[in-house]
Amino acid sequence: MAIYDVKPAQPAPVNHHGVFHWLRVNLFKDVKNAILSLLCIYLLYLTVPPLLDWLFFSATWSGSQDEVTKDGARWIFIIEKFDQFIYGFYPEHLHWRPLFVAALTVAFIASVKLLKSIKLKIAIILLYPFVSIIFIYGGFGLEVVETDKWGGLMLTVIVAAVGIIASFPIGIMLALGRQADNMPVVKTLCITFIEFVRGVPLITILFMASVVLPLFFRDGLDFDKLLRALIGITLFQAAYIAEVVRGGLQAIPKGQYEASESLGLSYWQGMILIILPQALKISIPNLVGSFISLFKDTTLVLIIGLFDILAMVTLTNSDTNWLGYEVEGYVFVTFIYWVFCFSMSQYSKSVERRFNTELK
Amino acid sequence: MSTTEFMIRMENVNKWYGDFHVLKDVNLNVKKGEKVVICGPSGSGKSTTIRCLNHLEQFQKGQIFIGDTELIEDVKIVRHIRSQVGMVFQHFNLFPHLSVLENLVIAPTWVHKKPRKEAIETAMYYLERVKIANQANKYPNQLSGGQQQRVAIARCLCFNPEIMLFDEPTSALDPEMVSEVLDVMVELAKGGITMICVTHEMGFAKKVADRVIFMDAGQIIEENDPHTFFEQPESDRLKLFLDQILSH
Repeated sequence: MAIYDVKPAQPAPVNHHGVFHWLRVNLFKDVKNAILSLLCIYLLYLTVPPLLDWLFFSATWSGSQDEVTKDGARWIFIIEKFDQFIYGFYPEHLHWRPLFVAALTVAFIASVKLLKSIKLKIAIILLYPFVSIIFIYGGFGLEVVETDKWGGLMLTVIVAAVGIIASFPIGIMLALGRQADNMPVVKTLCITFIEFVRGVPLITILFMASVVLPLFFRDGLDFDKLLRALIGITLFQAAYIAEVVRGGLQAIPKGQYEASESLGLSYWQGMILIILPQALKISIPNLVGSFISLFKDTTLVLIIGLFDILAMVTLTNSDTNWLGYEVEGYVFVTFIYWVFCFSMSQYSKSVERRFNTELK
Repeated sequence: MSTTEFMIRMENVNKWYGDFHVLKDVNLNVKKGEKVVICGPSGSGKSTTIRCLNHLEQFQKGQIFIGDTELIEDVKIVRHIRSQVGMVFQHFNLFPHLSVLENLVIAPTWVHKKPRKEAIETAMYYLERVKIANQANKYPNQLSGGQQQRVAIARCLCFNPEIMLFDEPTSALDPEMVSEVLDVMVELAKGGITMICVTHEMGFAKKVADRVIFMDAGQIIEENDPHTFFEQPESDRLKLFLDQILSH
């Protein structure tokens, strides 16, 4: 009856671990590999140490301009102008207000996982814009700060946040409208809007909003410059969101629509409960990609005379007491942009993981 | 003829996809509690027929009555009919982003406005009945095909439909999982629900059906009780079809 022979046990494979083993396998496998590795190491040697030296070791971190003796980065410029970079011309004694809103935002994002009740989450999300506006703009007993005083990183974040938050629902509606085969008028309007907006640069839309639009208003009906820019950016971003969401919608199998219909769910119930949660989940990487590019595009508000963080650096460089500090300023701004964009990208990954129900 | 005698009445239903005539004068009356099995070669219009009954497909000519309600293009009427008709799909079509339990709770709470607690109790009762209650908190993709299809059946039962439509419920399953789904369907049939089932499981047809219907090229060719249907087929097309599916 014996059909199978027992196989003798084999000795365990040689343990391949350790630094030298890794180096040999990955960097010095053969001659070509070794030459390339050495070349790369040499290039790194040429660039990294001087960069680190400039950024940190020879940098001037404190003191006044006269005390700068070393040839590294002079971060004293950033420290001196820090408040301007962050808040623009926002009155100094009120700096705590935007800071407070920022703290609230971070606290909410950090605690959103802990909040169990959906109703509470929705309430917070709906309340959030009003609280932020009151604290940043003023009113209800708080001193009013006009929007032309807003600037710096604060303005960048506000423009990006409003663009992202407001464009999201509009973009979803546009995407659904574009798919509405039984409503030809709505569909045509949505397609026209999306294709028109995507066909022009953001900068033209901002110009339209700030220069052309007021021509159509009667005198005195003109409204805030920032608000106009925000509307322009929101509509621009909505068109892109619409296309990203449409991509997600198309990835949902027809069976999901049929199942939700056959259960008796209405169009909106089916969309909100069944289709959109799945479509948006698929779209997260593209949505975040689009949010990141919006964050960087916000700097275009400079064109219509709003001073975001990049514009603040350019502006402070024209301060006669602080000439010649452009490099430090731009390195700092680069760093800030990177921190924000990288955080968004990391946050989106964690959201993706949280919503993954494919194979937990 | 009394209108309430039949649960489903299809009168001269015609449907076209463009120029292609999919359903040709389909007449089908199903009594309350009757079990009907529809079979036929692929593309014969059998799925289309039952998909017309809950308005997943529109038809261009003819009339359909579900109970006393005529199925017309009206959002309220369509929703009313769908809330009485459960449908099980070939590919299960569970909602992958919701747990098994949530899949079952969603229609009763949103369409039938039941309190959530009651809906959960009902859901657990039917999950118990399809022998899958211990998987209630898993997600559909963690279940086998057979388990998913049983969940899909339970999802329909949760809103207590009068009619159940099955659209090739075992065709996408691995062979060893077919029987667990058929067992549930046999149990369900014993409960007295009105059932129309498109399937090629002839064993199931013999065991459960009150009537077996053969469709080809968009027409009902032949209908009979299972015994006569399988033992004494009349038309040549049915004979050929039975030869093909029963020969191996």
